[in-house]
Amino acid sequence: MAALAIAGKDLRTEWRTRESLNSAVSFALVILVLFSFAFDLDREERLAISGGLLWLVYAFAGALIVNRSFAREVPNDCLEVLVTAARGWAIFLGKAFACFVLLLIVELISLPIFGLFYNIHWAGSLAALLLVIMLSTWGVTVVGAALSAITVNVRLRELMLPVLLYPLMIPLLIGAMEMTTGLLNGNAVLSDIRLLIVYDVMFTAIALYLIDFILVI
Amino acid sequence: MHAAAADAVWKYFGDYPALRGASLHVEKGTCVALIGRNGAGKTTLLRILAHLSKPSKGKVDIAGSIGYLGHGIGVYDDLSAIENLTLFGKLAGLPNAKVSAESALELVGLARVKDSLAREFSRGMRQRLAIARAFLHEPELLLLDEPFTSLDDRAVDVLQKLLSGARSRGATIIMSTHQIREAMELASDVALIERGKIVFSGARSSEMLLDPGWLYRTYGEAVQ
Amino acid sequence: MPRRTIYTLGILGTLLLLYDFYRIFLVIPIDALQGDIFRIIFVHVPAAFTAFCFYGVAVYASIAFLATKNFKWDSMAVSAVEVATMFTLVNLATGSIWGRVEWGIWWAWDARMTSQLMCFLLYLGYLLMRPAIAEPQQRGVMSAVLAIFAATDIPIVFWAIRLHNVRTQHPGPVLETGALAPVYRPPFYGDWLAFVLLATAMMLVRLHQESNRREIDSLRRELHAI
Repeated sequence: MAALAIAGKDLRTEWRTRESLNSAVSFALVILVLFSFAFDLDREERLAISGGLLWLVYAFAGALIVNRSFAREVPNDCLEVLVTAARGWAIFLGKAFACFVLLLIVELISLPIFGLFYNIHWAGSLAALLLVIMLSTWGVTVVGAALSAITVNVRLRELMLPVLLYPLMIPLLIGAMEMTTGLLNGNAVLSDIRLLIVYDVMFTAIALYLIDFILVI
Repeated sequence: MHAAAADAVWKYFGDYPALRGASLHVEKGTCVALIGRNGAGKTTLLRILAHLSKPSKGKVDIAGSIGYLGHGIGVYDDLSAIENLTLFGKLAGLPNAKVSAESALELVGLARVKDSLAREFSRGMRQRLAIARAFLHEPELLLLDEPFTSLDDRAVDVLQKLLSGARSRGATIIMSTHQIREAMELASDVALIERGKIVFSGARSSEMLLDPGWLYRTYGEAVQ
Repeated sequence: MPRRTIYTLGILGTLLLLYDFYRIFLVIPIDALQGDIFRIIFVHVPAAFTAFCFYGVAVYASIAFLATKNFKWDSMAVSAVEVATMFTLVNLATGSIWGRVEWGIWWAWDARMTSQLMCFLLYLGYLLMRPAIAEPQQRGVMSAVLAIFAATDIPIVFWAIRLHNVRTQHPGPVLETGALAPVYRPPFYGDWLAFVLLATAMMLVRLHQESNRREIDSLRRELHAI
């Protein structure tokens, strides 16, 4: 399928250079370290902010990864050629899926390090935690990939994309943060799962519908 | 039987009309040289025909698959030649993309370097790879934007070979250029575009072949 | 849009506003618990309602632009977003002032204020992005898409924040219409109408400005083409 071919292409080129993976993982680590200096917390406080902190790190890393998504099509005018070769929805799904995989890798690398630095046990309700992570990551990458397509030809793209992305992600982050904090504190209650699902479904649908307007002006 | 038809197409960039009611009907199997000066609207028209851009007004009708070769090279630097072509083969829905890619690389003389990354190629090699990409899926309609510009002699050879191959299997070709001489030799039909309008469209005549400036003098605004 | 319409709307709106202020400050009884600062409600809430009306106009115009490619819809969208963002700012500022007087703090992360702040940020992004795109067709399309994304996000933001009334237990203002005493309603709705009239006048001014700009752009390009 065309979308899989495009996702495969993105992942393959990323694996060859590892540019955004390296920068996203480094950035995540630096943020984790910086936050440990910013606050001097006892165990309870750390558990209380755990979900919030983790998703801040993931959101920042996510912005880096989605920014590269359509930006990698700019050299050699590849985006143009891709648009003639494949349908808009296939390009979008392929790229969103590639971002999803890359962000998931960054998140799964950062999670044990987070657990280490902050002495938080995260393997407790692992299945539920992974579900929350995957649903939220899909939301981030879908909106991020759409914004990446929108800002690919905009001046100051690197600055503009985060400015547009973070406000749009707020409801998703709220749900993810609350549930993650709950799970890390040992309450396996997925109270906001509906929020994540609605967010994911709505934005995937809207992005797929509007992608042709974005790519063919 | 039209392979491509543009009906009174207008294209505005802001409020500036790059195309002003351009109409072009291209018969299946013909090779059209789209001639015009810089800024006349050749690239804009081709992009609209390739579905890269929407017309502000007017209709465009294309029958069949499209192969597009624009100003940009359109190959991925971090993929090898074979990977590049296999990707585009898969996107075009070819049943055995890898095999088609290999034979395409043979045709353009890049078989020896098929596993090298495109970033290692010289400019001429990249151009040949781009040409291979456009012709890979044997499209019914080829849209080429100034294809001969800055090609080295090997690439010119390859392009001419592929063009005649495409013509013999009945494909339609629309080729924009301002290098009249080369285009005239290959073309069966000619269209002249000036300031966003098609001012002439018809079969290539002997006058055009013998004196390329004739077209501009007769139908267009000649240079003072 | 004829100047007369703009002036009429502007004057009507201003007069209505003045009349309402007269009512608010001199006629109606003040709330015993909250004191004079309660009067700011008559600006605070109608500003929010007005902002939402115009966000609605902006989304409608954005969809219309994508459907028709007519630039008048793009101009309408940007004008509506600017006016709505301004009224959101008024809402946030008046809310902040009220909070300072009532609870002693400039900001409380209660559900409503947080949701409004999110709206503000979303459409601020829209206004920041527009100047970064030079080509008008591209700018129009990208803005329209962004406006639609933002509009989709807003109900979800409200839902998410309500689910968690994040931060404190500070009492939100009890402003469900219904809980508003009947004697307060006329100036309340009056203010809302006044704001809508003023906002429409402002939007028309902006629309006029946009169409002038497009004309200048087009003349400039024609000149270059010669």
